[in-house]
Amino acid sequence: MDFSQTLKIALRALRTNKMRSFLTMLGIIIGIAAVIAMMAVGTGASYVISQQIASIGSNIILVIPGSTTSGGLRTGSGGAQTLTSDDVKAIMNECPSVSTASGTVRSSGQIVYGNMNWSTVIMGGTPELFEIREWPVTSGRSITQQDVDSAGKVCLLGQTVADNLFGSADPIGNIVRIKKIPFTVIGILEGKGQSPQGTDQDDTVFVPLRTAQRNLVRSQRTDSVGALIVKAKSEMVLDKAEEEINSLLNQRHRITNGKEPDFSTRNLSEILAVAEKSSKAMSLLLGAVASISLIVGGIGIMNIMLVSVTERTREIGIRMAIGAKKNDILLQFMTEAVLLTMLGGLIGIALGAGGATIVSKLLGWPTMISIQSITIAFFFSAAVGIFFGFYPARKAAGLNPIDALRYE
Amino acid sequence: MSDVISLTDIRRVFTMGDQQFEALKGISYGVAAGEFVAIMGASGSGKSTCMNIVGCLDRPTSGQYLLDGLDVGAMDPNQLADIRNKKLGFVFQGFNLLARTPAVENVELPLVYAGLNAKERRQKAVIAMEQVGLAGKENNHPSQLSGGQQQRVAIARALVNNPAVILADEPTGNLDSTTSEEIMVLFTALNKKGITIIMVTHEHDVAAYAGRQITFKDGKIISDRPTGRTA
Repeated sequence: MDFSQTLKIALRALRTNKMRSFLTMLGIIIGIAAVIAMMAVGTGASYVISQQIASIGSNIILVIPGSTTSGGLRTGSGGAQTLTSDDVKAIMNECPSVSTASGTVRSSGQIVYGNMNWSTVIMGGTPELFEIREWPVTSGRSITQQDVDSAGKVCLLGQTVADNLFGSADPIGNIVRIKKIPFTVIGILEGKGQSPQGTDQDDTVFVPLRTAQRNLVRSQRTDSVGALIVKAKSEMVLDKAEEEINSLLNQRHRITNGKEPDFSTRNLSEILAVAEKSSKAMSLLLGAVASISLIVGGIGIMNIMLVSVTERTREIGIRMAIGAKKNDILLQFMTEAVLLTMLGGLIGIALGAGGATIVSKLLGWPTMISIQSITIAFFFSAAVGIFFGFYPARKAAGLNPIDALRYE
Repeated sequence: MSDVISLTDIRRVFTMGDQQFEALKGISYGVAAGEFVAIMGASGSGKSTCMNIVGCLDRPTSGQYLLDGLDVGAMDPNQLADIRNKKLGFVFQGFNLLARTPAVENVELPLVYAGLNAKERRQKAVIAMEQVGLAGKENNHPSQLSGGQQQRVAIARALVNNPAVILADEPTGNLDSTTSEEIMVLFTALNKKGITIIMVTHEHDVAAYAGRQITFKDGKIISDRPTGRTA
């Protein structure tokens, strides 16, 4: 018996009970649609997270000053001003796993151009900062070592700041006032978008480190830096670089056993790992829910196939009397079940993909539908049909033709 | 002429719990090619059990059954399915056609399981439908046909694979007397062309169309005689 005939018989049987076939498929449709939509949202989300993390730069270690006590009041983390430009130089020279480093200072304030003004974050940094953060300028030039050495009154604008102060005009060469001090705009930085914490990284103005230390931040020591950003030579030596920095700074800051260090280090790959872990856990949870709905759908199919076998006992008897073998009957009912689930799977894939697209359009969630997830969903739905169709099909094939023919 | 069907001391015992019931108590008869045999008997006489065995739907507990020279008793269910497909044609009391399936596809069904391709199937099915006088009704569904026409479709289905024997189980049981007569005339005509027919019935006027009558009672044959009508 050729398979095209089996397929034709199965299709006819499904068409005969259109409503029932549809309702039976519904479980699979919902299950597969859920799997596809959830995978689309999941991959979209983790893609965005990895994009954001990549936007900070790779293999980065942050060194943040610790807290300090002044007049009985403890400042928060970052309050101490004990990290200096010399620490940066020492890290660059003495830690073999470190590729480069930059000290930064951070402030916030009003920046004014003509009759426009904008409150933003002001960052002081060295040329290495832009190398570490893989952050080029789109126009003009970046900050040079000479700018830092001479404490030049020049600045780089983040995309958001440039847009808000200048609109569509070209800011380069114009004078802006940062905390009332005039600076020349030398360049515009490329847009980076949101950080993993959700802040707009483009809402920042960069000035040379020494300029910031002297003119924009109030501190006891003019060479103190707010935070250190360090790039390890590779991902492999990230942990080693962190250790080297810790021991070097402990030594330099004379932190002996039992004394609280006045700095702390933070490894960005840890943040990445946490983000990945949580998005994986979420996918797993949603996957489990979707699998349950597929199993429930499969049981529904088994149930209906059993009813169908009973209803069609006489037909099975006729087929057996005129020469159908056990395997022909088995194959016929298996084909019907698999056809049901595969059809359900296809509809589910279409619905899931459509749903994901609508969600991303309406809610602005990033979604990504991968060929892989579609393939998995399709074969999984076929597998559900094989698994849950086997028992009813075997029951049909095992019928005694005499009893089946006599069945009313 | 050698016998198409040869039964020797066929016994069939049914076991229900610890009770045993012998439905056939040593049946022996032969049917020659081209014969038209009517099998009669009250219900419970064992004639249906015997037909099931002849139709290879059931196997005897003991005894030998040769169909077209083949020992059927030794075959497994798949071989029996093959025998039913190629050597036998069934006509039932309740027509047993597939609903919502065009007449011609019902007729094609045995050929589907025989593994013929679509073109050959259609050719043979159309010829078989002509033989039973249903040319032009190929695409009608069973529900659009009268009882007599449905039985003709069933007969065409039984004929289509050129079987050695046609087995008819109360073929007129669901039909009125005029239609019954038409069906019996058709059987007689087919028999004249050389087709062997074994028919179970309890109506004497239907049995009268056959050339030979075998009567069952309590699991035994009590009479086996020609009707005087020559095939």
